[in-house]
Amino acid sequence: MYICAKIFKIMLEHIRLHRGLDIPMKGSAELRIEKTIVPDVIAVKPTDFKGLTPKLMVREGDTVKAGSVIFTDKYRPEIAFSSPCSGTVESIVRGEKRKLLQIRIKADRTIDYISFGTKDIFKASKEELAKTLLESGLWAAIIQRPYGIIANPADQPKAIFISGFNSAPLAPDTNFTLKDEIDNLQAGIDVLNKFTKGGVYLGLNSKDYAASPLYKLNHVKTYAFDGPHPAGNVGIQIHHISPIGKGDIVWTVDPVYVAAIGKLFTKGIYDVSKLVAVTGSRASKNAYIKCLPGMSMKDIADFAGPAEIEIYGQPSAIRYISGDVLSGDNVGPDGYLGFYHNQITLISEGTHCELLGWAKLCRPKKFSFSRSYCSWLTPGKKYDEDTNLNGGHRAFVVTGLYEKVLPMDIYPVYLLKAILAEDIDKMEQLGIYEVVEEDLALCEFVCPSKIDVQNIVSKGINIMIKEMA
Amino acid sequence: MKGLLNLVNKLKPTFSKGGKLGFLHSTFDAFETFLFVPDTVTKKGAHIRDSIDLKRVMSVAVFAVLPAAAFGIWNIGHQHSLAFGLDMTFWAKVWFGFIKFLPLLLVSYIVGLGIEFASAQIRGHEVNEGYLVSGILIPLIMPVDVPLWILALGVAFAVIIGKEVFGGTGMNIWNPALLARAFVFFAYPSHISGDAIWIEGLKDKVLPIADGFSGATPLANAAAGVQIPDFMQMFIGNIPGSIGETSTLAILIGAFILILTGVGSWKSMLSCVIGALAVGYLFNAFAEPGTYAALPAYYHLVMGGFAFGTVYMVTDPVTSAQTEKGKWIYGFLIGALTVTIRLFNPGYPEGMMLAILLMNTFAPLIDHYVIEGNIKRRVKRAVIK
Repeated sequence: MYICAKIFKIMLEHIRLHRGLDIPMKGSAELRIEKTIVPDVIAVKPTDFKGLTPKLMVREGDTVKAGSVIFTDKYRPEIAFSSPCSGTVESIVRGEKRKLLQIRIKADRTIDYISFGTKDIFKASKEELAKTLLESGLWAAIIQRPYGIIANPADQPKAIFISGFNSAPLAPDTNFTLKDEIDNLQAGIDVLNKFTKGGVYLGLNSKDYAASPLYKLNHVKTYAFDGPHPAGNVGIQIHHISPIGKGDIVWTVDPVYVAAIGKLFTKGIYDVSKLVAVTGSRASKNAYIKCLPGMSMKDIADFAGPAEIEIYGQPSAIRYISGDVLSGDNVGPDGYLGFYHNQITLISEGTHCELLGWAKLCRPKKFSFSRSYCSWLTPGKKYDEDTNLNGGHRAFVVTGLYEKVLPMDIYPVYLLKAILAEDIDKMEQLGIYEVVEEDLALCEFVCPSKIDVQNIVSKGINIMIKEMA
Repeated sequence: MKGLLNLVNKLKPTFSKGGKLGFLHSTFDAFETFLFVPDTVTKKGAHIRDSIDLKRVMSVAVFAVLPAAAFGIWNIGHQHSLAFGLDMTFWAKVWFGFIKFLPLLLVSYIVGLGIEFASAQIRGHEVNEGYLVSGILIPLIMPVDVPLWILALGVAFAVIIGKEVFGGTGMNIWNPALLARAFVFFAYPSHISGDAIWIEGLKDKVLPIADGFSGATPLANAAAGVQIPDFMQMFIGNIPGSIGETSTLAILIGAFILILTGVGSWKSMLSCVIGALAVGYLFNAFAEPGTYAALPAYYHLVMGGFAFGTVYMVTDPVTSAQTEKGKWIYGFLIGALTVTIRLFNPGYPEGMMLAILLMNTFAPLIDHYVIEGNIKRRVKRAVIK
């Protein structure tokens, strides 16, 4: 057995990343399922999908099933977005300029699924598979690079990439959340293999890849990544396996949705239920829940600690984040889980003033990547991070810092400056095709000038999409 | 603390836009954020942020300058006692130096910060912390006898022409502190060169001068072919020179702080030293014995402003090369140029200031080629087909 494992280890290609940062935060989830959420209201949110202009397909009062189309992409109408549960459309929430924000569905007690019929994946043609994926709403799980938007069904990607682990702060453990999904994952992989000649690539964590359910899959090329966050970001993995050049298109899928794609073809239903980690220092119970995307934060009210505590003698509320602390969305206590998120993080709002904080020799409660405070002297310590900006916005001053947390052959500051200057050629040359917001999230975290890095990247991607359209 | 916070919050509306003193909101904000890390929370992007901010970066830099400043203060008194043959205790020297240094420091900060506050006010920005470092560096690279009005002019020139016209801290091309010195050097050369200006009172001969005392810096002596102090004395720093530049030892303590905290780039510092040694030894190899060029290369590291410039100015993140590879080239060229200027420029024995300012100018060019290299490499990358 041991020898077998050794041989496999040799066969697996290891990629070691030195740059990056694991932010030592308190509040990771214990490996147990605390609760299965039986939802009262589920929201389907067009805002979860980057760059999407939705076209609404339901009206208030309509009854829907799991897999019923709620809205479609206005410019690519074949791409549908579905309800994850059965029930009645309770309300349609719009924002400024009548922007469609949420379609709230009052859920039935038990889920009634639309049947899309099972298929023999190996015999079915690519077109048949694509049709079912599009109709069911699961196509939205397939993301294209560059830009990180929903893939175009007409494209043939160079390859498809799956990151088998998440390295973000307090991220869920895929070895735990996917452990019962091996058959579904294999079916999903087989479906994805139909869409590309380049093959499906899988990145695993070199520390525990042998324990990963994904390690047992066939028809994938597996790589092991070793290093701190963002080693688990699929964008970083693509950069080291097969970087995206101009004109290249690759696809990425979250492994949770690979399993859902498998289920769609083996069981014929749109079942996107998943295990979500409830994390963060303000959660009273840090554990996993079984739920659907679009679940309400009210359903985990019993997971939250006291609504208000004191920090430096001033009140601090809870921030509800759908996703992780680096790239998740602030949804508030009445918000809903995002489509792509497998984690909910509850942390303190940093609405406090700290007297001469910047001048203290040490701030034992604060973490810093730099060695200008003392946190580097206590490497094992975990911190109670809050949302305080810890400073004010300034121009770029410190250099060489972003590079330390970005394991890519990219000069982030120059890329950001090219974006700010809206210089398309330079953006192209400096790597805009290879990054999405989350890949540079750590740059934003460490920045002493508090520059909104992800917002700038987002702007750059939008410029490129417009330019290339 | 609560009382103070309440007071600040009470005053805030008066100084906010629309308030009675709304036009002073940048100034108020500067003092408020000086006292308290503000209660601003993240809105977009990453929800949590590192506890470091520019105030911290700059205060670490100021902290790192303090050993050199402290030594400089003592040395003012010490050189004064040597020049006039006075018998002064340690504390008498420190006090004497402090009294001489304080007005320079005050003028530097008052004029510099005054302009910074005014321009932040005009732009409606938050006041930037950059001048906190320049403000202490400028008096340290001046001769002790520099007239206060010249210092004030130099500071004003550096802040307005060197920094604010480009958009403030982070946007400037040249190191503001060196720009102040360059201004004084070119506009008032008689006040910043010669042998008599480095020691308090020497120029005006306030007291009878001790026998045989010239007051010339080792650099000037080396260029003139006069005997210079031994290496150890120059390393410790009880020699004439600009206030903060003389003690390599004190500066090394500062370098240690900068490198340990990561605020200053060790790559820039090391490559600068390598550059100086490389050129120094090259000239050593071809020099006739007894000439200036034959002076062992490592002497250049402890003479004049080399150490001070290397540790506190070459590492300035804004004006140095911004890429890590670029920093190696940038530092090396500064070191190499400094020694070259020292050996071949008969008019002025110090090369550090001009070498840094020149390389400040070329730093974007160095970065440009590093980035072009990156672009070419990225195009050529091997990919799986």
